[in-house]
Order: sequence, then C-alpha cells, then structure tokens
Amino acid sequence: MSATLPPQFEVIDRPLDTQMTISMGPQHPSTHGVLRLELILDGEMVVKSTPDIGYLHTGMEKLFEYKKYQQGIVITDRMDYLNPLGNNLAYVMAAEKLLGLEIPERAQTIRVLMCELQRIASHLVWLGTHALDIGAMTVFFYAFREREKILNLIEAASGGRLTPSYFRIGGLMMDLPSGFERRVQQFLNDFPEALEEFHTLLSGNRIFQKRTQGIGYISAEDAIDWGLAGPCLRGSGVNIDIRRTNPYTGYEKYDFEVCVEQDGDVWARYMVRMREMKESHKIVVQALSRLQPGPVKADAPKVVLPDREAMKTHMDALIHHFLIVAEGFDVPEGEVYHPIEASKGELGVYMKSNGGPKPARVHFRGPSFVNLSALPQMAEGCMVADIVAIIGSLDIVLGEIDR
Amino acid sequence: MGLEQKIAEVLPDVLTARLDSLINWARKSSLWPATFGLACCAIEMMNATSSRNDLARFGSEVFRASPRQADVMIVSGRVSRKMAPVLRRIYDQMPEPKWVISMGACATSGGVFDNYAIVQGVDKIVPVDVYIPGCPPRPEMLIHAVMMLQDKVSKESVRDRKDVPRDEAREAVPPGTLPAGGISATNEAAAQEEQPRPYTIPSRHERRRSS
Amino acid sequence: MSKELENKGQTNVQAETTPSNSVTPSPLVAALRREKPDWAGEVIEAFGEVTVIVPRENILEICSYLKTAPSFEFNFLADLCAADRGPEEEPRFEVNYHLFSITKHHRLRLKVLLNDDDPHVQTVTGVWRTANWHERETFDLMGIIFDGHPDLRRILLPDDWEGHALRKDFPLRGYEPYSLT
Repeated sequence: MSATLPPQFEVIDRPLDTQMTISMGPQHPSTHGVLRLELILDGEMVVKSTPDIGYLHTGMEKLFEYKKYQQGIVITDRMDYLNPLGNNLAYVMAAEKLLGLEIPERAQTIRVLMCELQRIASHLVWLGTHALDIGAMTVFFYAFREREKILNLIEAASGGRLTPSYFRIGGLMMDLPSGFERRVQQFLNDFPEALEEFHTLLSGNRIFQKRTQGIGYISAEDAIDWGLAGPCLRGSGVNIDIRRTNPYTGYEKYDFEVCVEQDGDVWARYMVRMREMKESHKIVVQALSRLQPGPVKADAPKVVLPDREAMKTHMDALIHHFLIVAEGFDVPEGEVYHPIEASKGELGVYMKSNGGPKPARVHFRGPSFVNLSALPQMAEGCMVADIVAIIGSLDIVLGEIDR
Repeated sequence: MGLEQKIAEVLPDVLTARLDSLINWARKSSLWPATFGLACCAIEMMNATSSRNDLARFGSEVFRASPRQADVMIVSGRVSRKMAPVLRRIYDQMPEPKWVISMGACATSGGVFDNYAIVQGVDKIVPVDVYIPGCPPRPEMLIHAVMMLQDKVSKESVRDRKDVPRDEAREAVPPGTLPAGGISATNEAAAQEEQPRPYTIPSRHERRRSS
Repeated sequence: MSKELENKGQTNVQAETTPSNSVTPSPLVAALRREKPDWAGEVIEAFGEVTVIVPRENILEICSYLKTAPSFEFNFLADLCAADRGPEEEPRFEVNYHLFSITKHHRLRLKVLLNDDDPHVQTVTGVWRTANWHERETFDLMGIIFDGHPDLRRILLPDDWEGHALRKDFPLRGYEPYSLT
C-alpha cells in the first residue's frame, strides 16, 4: 500500500519530549529504607538514575567522639541494623588492635559462631525483602520464620534481638547460657531443609529467573573500580573474601568455600548469597564442635570488666570496675583500619586515638554506601521494575549508608 | 448452621446501637498502617507482621504504601532533619481519621542520638497518639500499642473529628511549614472555638501520676 | 608477598602487646623506599599497618603509580576519610586513603596533611571511581574541598545546611533544635 497519508494527518518531524524526571521518593515500599532515587525516564526505560541519600543521617561518627570506647559499642548496633554483631565485631576488634589485647580461644570461637549466625539472619532478610519486591510474598514469611529462630538464639545469648551489643573490648559480654549448644544444634538441623524450600520456591521459578537474569550487569573491572565488595564483587567473578585475605578471629582455621559466580547480574548475586548461607551453616557446625570451656574475656583488668562475683568480693576488682565504667581506660595513641567481611561486603573501621578514653575519630566504611554508588552504572538502560530488583540485589541498609 | 439458628432465636430482628460504637468498631478493627519504616524499628515492625507475631489478626491486614489509603502511621525509627519535612508531608496526605504511633525510643524522644542530626521526638512534627518505648521494641510491644490505639479509638466520638474546612483548605499553608500545634496560622479564630481534638481524650492507659 | 600476608594475618588474630615500630621494614615499605624514595616522606609502621605520609601536591601521581605498578597493584580504594585534629593544631586536617590490592592482598594507608586555611586536595576520582562518593562525604562532613571533582555537593546533610558537622568546633547538638517553621 502506498504511504500517502490523508491530508488531515500531518507528520510531526520534531522529536517529542518524552523524558520525565521522577523522584522515587524516600517513602517507598521497595527502596529498603529511606532512599531517594532521582530517575530520568524515557517512558519505562531509565536513562539516568541518581541516588539521593542522607535521610537517615544520624551523626554517629560524631557521637563516637563523645563516648568512651565501651559506650560506643551500643551505637554500632544501630548502624547496619541487620548485621549488628558484625558492626560490634569490627569496632571491638579495631579497639583491641590499638590496645594490643590477646583474645582467648573460646571467645574467638563464639565470635565466629555468632557472626555466622548473624550472616545467615541478614541474608534471610535480604532474601525475604528481595523476593517480596519481585513479587514472591511467601518467601518473605518463610524467611522471617527462620530468622525468628536465629533471633531467639541471639536473644538468649545477649538479651537483645536486633541490638545485641554482645561483644566487648577484650572478649564477650558474658558466656553463653546453658543449653545454648543444644538449641544451636536444633537450628542447624532444621536449616538445610528451609534452604531447600527457598531454592524450590525461587531458583527454579521462571518468573524469578526472567526478572533477575541479565539485569543489573556490572563487570569485574568496573566492580573493583567502584569499590564493590562482598557478594556484589563475588557475583562478578572476583574471588575476594576478607575472611581469607586478611583473616581475623581465627577464621583461618575454618574450612569453608568462597562462593563466586561469573555472570555479574542480579541472578549471580542471588546465587552467591544463597550459597553463602550454606557455607555459613558449615562454619557454625565447625565452630560448635570446637567449643571448649575456657575464659571469655581477655586477661586485662584495666580494660575488661571483672566478673560480678569477683567484683562483689574482691576490692581490686571493685576498683577496676568502677574506674572502667566511670572514667574509661586510656587507649594508646595511634590509628588502625580494621576490615571485616560483613554480610554486605567489606566493613572497615578506621579508629584514631589520641591517648584518651574517648576516640579521636571513628569512621565506618559502610559496604552499602559504596555498593549504592555503583547503582547508576548498573541501572543504565533498564526499566523501572528492574531498578527494584537491582536495589534488592545490592542489599543496602540505609543505616549503614547514612550513618 | 447451629450458631446462626441460635442467634436467630435469641436476638430480636432489629438491633439498636449507638452510632459511635458501630463506627468506632469498624475503624478500630481495620487500622491500615502506612509503611513508614525508617530504621531498625522497621525491621521489628516487619517481624510483627510476619508469621510469628501476626499483626494482621488485629486488623492491620495490609500495609498501604500510599498514605492516601492508610489510617495509622507507625513512625518506626529515627527521624533525621532531612526526613522531617517528608514525614510531615506524608502525615498531611493521610485523610482523616488518622492516628500516629511513635515506635521506639528514637521516634519518641530522640533515643540514643542526642545530636545535631536527629529530631528529638517525632511529636515535634506530628501529633502522636501512642508512644512505644524500647530500642527496638519487641513485636509484642507493637501489638500491644495497636491494641491500646484500638482502645483509644473506641472512646472517640464521630462529632469530634472534623475535616479541615474548605475555605481553610483553599488557603492552606504549604505542608511542612505548619507550626507544631497543627493549627493553620491563618485561621486562628476558627481554631480557638473548635472542640478539643480527640487525641487529648485521656484513655484509661493515660492516667497521669501526680506531677 | 606471602610473608606479608602471614605477618598481617598473625597481627590481626593475636595482636602484639606493643605497637611494632619494627627495625626490619615489611616488603611493601622496602619496595616503596626502593622505587620512589622522594615520595615516601615518612613511613610509619604500627599495629601491623603501613602508613605513608605524602605531600599534598603529589597525591594524584602517587595514586596513579600505585594503582598500576607491578609490585604494588593497589586497584581497590577501600576507604577515603578525613580526620580533624582540632582547631588549634597545625596542620589541622588529615585525609587518609586506605588502599587494598585485589591481586596481592596487601594494604596501605596514604595520609595527606592539610592546613585550616587551605583545605584543598586533588581528587582521585580519575584513578578509582569509588572515590566520588567518599570525597563528597568528606566534603560534606569535614569541609575539605577536592579540586577537580565532577560533582562536589553535600551528600548526607541537607543541602541547605551551614557548617561542617564533624569538625571539632561544631557542637554535638548543633546550633538550634529542630522546628518545623
């Protein structure tokens, strides 16, 4: 047919302005917190995305300078609130590095155990919310059901579900309660089945695969350049795990595999985290078998609080307790940077001390902060629904980004 | 069919009740929260909706993402200065009747963070009905707070709540700039003669000790 | 570099009781001194970590060199943060660059000292793109200006905030409490 249009239709030759700027605002069900994205959209396709953060800025780094070292542990819980034991560990280990303390064997084993349980809990929240954003609501409930078991364990040990503050400078707050090993064993027996359930629900699901494969690709060089760490980096094929490269708390004695995938998209990061949960399960089994009775606090009376019994009966313990709580202990001058492998990546603590009881500067290198900065690169040319999937795969926690 | 027959036998054909009771019963049994999870308390709120502590059995079946469809705003988490105008704007976008639960120590009073960045208490921005202490409060505490709010709702009267009058709405000041009292600055006179707002009705949980 | 790795691993697990200002420098420091002796103004080795204080003018050169040189290969910028020594100290600010090598697994800290009246330093966004947000945060909270940064504006504090919050002379509770009006 000839392409002559009837005279009443004219051909518009100038390009239509089809781009609009949308604010995916701070209050949004899928942004995993108060994150604001400025999206420039061409129809449904994202041309440019700019994260706007700071809606949860809490001034924690300034608060640390006004609190003694022991008091600061409580604030670290609220930073990455899905992995509070990891934050505690990073802060406490940096202070221990400055002080030069030697941590007893049992405390190190318990630290590994609790950290790996916390890693599983954090990945469960990631799984639940990621699947919920993509549309699989059942997984949310199943994941939180498993997480309740872990929270009960952490609460039994430390008293707090979400903000345990279990680690202290020099060891732990107190020893594990009796019957704890049995409860952990119970959880370990039930968990592989639950993991299988998640795989059944999601990994073989064509809808989930279509929504995650090929989305949010980032190459290995770009990932290193943008400073990604943790599952985001391992999903792009780079084999870096701080538990292997700069081991801490005795991680070099445990046998676990570093999970690496080559694809670099949302699906790869999903598979890395699922496999990591399995590896954490393995580590907890090993840690549980290594538990030997022993002290849980380092032998440093000027730094570590004495036992309550000793405090009530011995004069020097009472004096030490009073001085540590009222005045704090002096930490030698210097600066350290201590990185750990948190569930989201490299959580680094830069701690600088001027020799007093309060730190001069504490800076947390939050992995989510750096992971989010790579979002504009990952989100080029995808659709709005894919942004939700990408944010989910980055596993961001705004408390850590905004500190 | 046995229960229905029993009811049909025992009760009369026409029942009378106070209008307030019926409306309050409907309102309190389906309080839909707006998702306003900010920080760690949001995770506990998510735990409260998950299967172990199920908030949905108290009527909060769905958490509406849009504030236009929500009844209660559960402010869970610390409110930073950058977020405060956003909070006020979301509150203003909710239609009456609306309530606010301030969950956690940070929303109630600033919590651990007494510094430049955090608003010391969300009641400086929006009027609050129920305060929940804790850092973070257990999910059971959130459920208790929802039940307290239901008690409060059941004591209200339909006559008390008014929507903002039309002429006041037309010359409304931009959201986020209202004084903390919540009264439009241009309609002071009308505001003076209003009935006291329902959130000053003391419920039995608010018995004040002698100051 | 395996001896380096073992050194650092051991230090992390069971720290020595005194900070080590060891007489025998680690291989990293030795390589630095050998290859570019005029840059390494001051090398401090304490707590198992190596800190190099570099002059402000050379920072871009040093970073580019460290990223590509075969004995260093620091292709990962782990952290970029600043510290305020206090308004009476000269120099007042220090900017720390924490580098990590993906291939060789060693770490290094570069430190640049800045005065109060001239807190400018070259941006390293061209070397590692991750420095973009770190420098914005440092500018926001400390007031250090990075010359050549593509987009230097506030990131954490509100855009109309006055002052830099993490400086030692900024009060903890701010200047005035929050009010809506």
